[in-house]
Amino acid sequence: MNVLKTTLPYIISGISVGGQYALIAIGYTMVYGILRLINFAHGDVFMVAGLMMVYLAASLPLYLAIPLVILLTVLLGFTIERVAYKPLRTAPRMSVMISAIGVSYLLQNLALYITGGLNKNYPQIPWISDRISIFGMETSRVTVITPFLTIILVIVLVQLINHTKIGMAMRAVSRDFETSQLMGIQINRVISATFIIGTFLAAVGSILFFTNYPGVVPTSGAMPGLKAFVAAVFGGIGSIPGAVIGAFIIGVAESVIKGLDTILVVNGVISEQIGLATFSDAFTFVLLIIILVFKPTGLFGEKSTDKV
Amino acid sequence: MKKVLSLALALIMVFSLCSFSAYADNPVVKIGVFEPQSGDNGAGGKQEILGMQYAYHLTPTVEIDGTTYDVELVYADNASSNDKAPTAAQTLISNGVSLVLGSYGSGVSIAASDTFDAAGVPAIGVTCTNPQVTAGCDVYFRICFLDPFQGTVLANFAKSELGATKAYCLAKQGDDYSGGLCNYFIEAFGKDNCVYEQFPEGTSDYSTYITNAQNQGCNVFFSPVSTEAAAQIIAKADTQALGMPILAGDTWDSNVILQAAKGTNVKICVTTFYQEGANADFDAGIKAWINSDATAKANNGGNDELAAVTVMGYDAYYMALEALKAAGSTDPEKVLEVLPSVSYEGVTGKIAFDDIGDALRDSAFVKECNTETGVWDFVSVATVG
Amino acid sequence: MMQTRSKKNAWLAFLAVLAFLALIFVLDQIIKPTDRLGMLLIVLQKGAVYALAAVSMNLLNGYTGLFSLGHAGFMLLGAYTYAIFTIPDKSRDAVYQYYDAAVRFSIPEQLSRHMGGFGTALGILIALILAGAVAALLAWLIGLPVLRLKSDYLAIATLGFAEIIRALFQWSKLGPITNGSNLLKNFARASKFKLEIAGAKLSLSTFVPVLIATVSITLIVLIVNSTYGRAFKAIRDDEIAAEAMGINLAKHKMIAFVTSSFFAGVSGATLAMVLSIAQANNFKSAMTYEILLMVVLGGIGSITGSVIGSFLFVAASEWWLRGLDSGKFLGIEAPNIFRNGFRLVVFSVIIMIVVLFFRQGIMGEKELPDLFRKKKKTPAKEAES
Repeated sequence: MNVLKTTLPYIISGISVGGQYALIAIGYTMVYGILRLINFAHGDVFMVAGLMMVYLAASLPLYLAIPLVILLTVLLGFTIERVAYKPLRTAPRMSVMISAIGVSYLLQNLALYITGGLNKNYPQIPWISDRISIFGMETSRVTVITPFLTIILVIVLVQLINHTKIGMAMRAVSRDFETSQLMGIQINRVISATFIIGTFLAAVGSILFFTNYPGVVPTSGAMPGLKAFVAAVFGGIGSIPGAVIGAFIIGVAESVIKGLDTILVVNGVISEQIGLATFSDAFTFVLLIIILVFKPTGLFGEKSTDKV
Repeated sequence: MKKVLSLALALIMVFSLCSFSAYADNPVVKIGVFEPQSGDNGAGGKQEILGMQYAYHLTPTVEIDGTTYDVELVYADNASSNDKAPTAAQTLISNGVSLVLGSYGSGVSIAASDTFDAAGVPAIGVTCTNPQVTAGCDVYFRICFLDPFQGTVLANFAKSELGATKAYCLAKQGDDYSGGLCNYFIEAFGKDNCVYEQFPEGTSDYSTYITNAQNQGCNVFFSPVSTEAAAQIIAKADTQALGMPILAGDTWDSNVILQAAKGTNVKICVTTFYQEGANADFDAGIKAWINSDATAKANNGGNDELAAVTVMGYDAYYMALEALKAAGSTDPEKVLEVLPSVSYEGVTGKIAFDDIGDALRDSAFVKECNTETGVWDFVSVATVG
Repeated sequence: MMQTRSKKNAWLAFLAVLAFLALIFVLDQIIKPTDRLGMLLIVLQKGAVYALAAVSMNLLNGYTGLFSLGHAGFMLLGAYTYAIFTIPDKSRDAVYQYYDAAVRFSIPEQLSRHMGGFGTALGILIALILAGAVAALLAWLIGLPVLRLKSDYLAIATLGFAEIIRALFQWSKLGPITNGSNLLKNFARASKFKLEIAGAKLSLSTFVPVLIATVSITLIVLIVNSTYGRAFKAIRDDEIAAEAMGINLAKHKMIAFVTSSFFAGVSGATLAMVLSIAQANNFKSAMTYEILLMVVLGGIGSITGSVIGSFLFVAASEWWLRGLDSGKFLGIEAPNIFRNGFRLVVFSVIIMIVVLFFRQGIMGEKELPDLFRKKKKTPAKEAES
């Protein structure tokens, strides 16, 4: 019972972070599914969304700022694809990946310039950042609503992909890029739609994430971005439910590892701190390497003809 | 096209080399400002610079050996990062500075000490409190107290005033300021009664550390970390009902903390160098200056609440002028020679160096944040002895 | 005929390298850190380090077609190995201020007891080779599982390993060896390298890093021009064809990975030597990205390109474009635009332009001597026709 009581707060906060990673991971998995590109800039788009909110909320009321942030983020994602990835469609995959790294470098430096390298405090959003009490522990409301919101968005997205024309086109393109082009699918439209959906979810994720952890710095997006990508690989690249489950697992694991010393000490397993929290980020990558070595297609990935 | 690109880069180089401007009539003496203006300690570094700028505003010239010199402050941003510090230091040195002031944060000072040492340029640390800054480095001096002193003061305060029996200590990984201070706090408080954890750079989730402290049954939360992290820790402490006082060192004596704590239900105590109100004339003067200068006000976090580091920056500037006067020369070598014997009566008290180059300071102010009004309340003057 | 020609070219290249080293040696003597050109020395030192890092990355990414992003991790291993084994006994306790140091001997110091100044130099060389060897050993271990992965999966897996290494080195339980997350200093560093001949002190602080980089890059060039190098290129161009030609894929990929990591380790050690500090926190994936961008700038698949790319990158970011950060550039004063961080924005825009429009970089796949050769060839062709 004691074990449960000490562990529960970490699990709840982990599920919440997991939900936020999931929203970023979907963008990765969809883009990778279609373009076979690790969009390194996706995490930075997430960070930029956070910064836009900081600046917009300073001069606009929130009910205007929130939709505007989402709109601008989507526009940013669309523009990045058109400017930095589209011209390289026939280039080797390495070139596109380098371009993605370049965009990420540019966005981070741009953020550094605009913020002057200082931490920006994220605006408080009423209601969702209010304090509530569940199971006898104090937390903010966003922690509780994130996983539900994530799941609702994912259900909507899966419906969209399974039952609309553009969704069908996306599935076709991710199955076979060239054939679908021959079948008359407008590749560029499909790719743009993918980026729009991906960045829309990242923008929502950013609102939830930064409401929970209200400090935005130029490197804020790098780690969540990488973790979300790992989540996508873990769940099986191209699979949306896979990415979501992967993200929840990583979020919970990360949070529990941060508190593992305490859990072990309080329950008498070890007598003093051993600094396991150092590995909270690294554990994600351990998970990645294990899955890549033993089941490269991920938990739910389809067998692809592309040998991994 | 490739050639065009390389040509353009070459041109940029040539232009930047010949773009140095001509100077005014008086000869110029350059003082280097080695401070973080970005990164984790960017906000604190800017506040420290503010003090120097105010002092410069009041006294822009100095008389050295019978000649009046115009002072020029030369800035280099060490970006709160240990690997950028040596290069930032080198830019100052190549710029021909006579001596250097800074930095806020101990790690960058330690990292750059070798560069200053190799060039023989003296540096006066303003608020870098880790013993390693001056130990083993002949050119580094400092005007602030040290971590062993501050750590002991805080531990005593936690025990006797707050009645704490078990302390939770939180430092940033690889940060010499918070790591050092926690280490000396733990030494004074008793290792068995402390839980010590470090968070990695780029951490956004501080809620877990709050939970850890609660779960381990601690009754004081010691986290002398950067003001950036501090604001988030305070916010989380409020949402999660931390239930114990937060204790920190001199970096927290900043209006960033006051803003974060205002209206919350968190008790915060800090040790610091200066108590606002101790010198009414000085306070009024600097506040008027901050209010008259929009950039200064923005760098101070948007209001005129004084941070101790600003006052320390002010004193450091005058200390530098004293050193230049005593040396009778702008040559770094000469300044280094006389620096150990220079003393100055500053706003924060009398400043003089011991043989290692550390300031002779034996008292610290303890303040508590008033969460209703958003100002610091004076608690006591603490000494160790 | 061909053979005498390539022999002649080899001699020419050798003489050019000697002349370059001699020039560096002379610059090292005539430029003092306090001079305005002091930045040139820093650029040469850091440029040399990054040139080596970029060339070793190019060996893998450009020549063998293995897209690895683990470079910062291997550099970290090299830097730490070098630093730990060259900290002199008397400063060891000061460096490991919170831990009880486990490694208690310094290779250069031990050797200098028996062989004097030569022993110190030999010790540093041994420490450098050890740094490379540790990185190579770990590369071999990592290579066993990950080299089977393809392109982007390999990239993300190596990136992950670099992050795991970084976390491991910051772990407090390894503190006695790695000093936890705190910085290592006081080891054998470039600013202290001096040669005493007949009472005259000659500075070697720029010469030594440049020499290390030059020798290492020469070795890489020899590897690239050997049968191994041709096998690497064959793998890059077409794996299946290469395998059909009888090239053992797994073996050659491993050789490329281990060699590249060895030199990454050496470059990490040299970086520590130049910066005079080593701290795990500085070896983030951002460092790998920067090195990758240098390779791209110079041209993937060209060694001289990587060297030029690195020197341009370092010089532009540390020196030429500094004015963009401090309010004044090319004589234009615009403090509101040219403020902190603008340099990096301009810089990343230049890089994006190169990535998108000049995909070949500065050199493409050509080497510097190719450019001279082409000029000679054209008139000869005209004469034929």
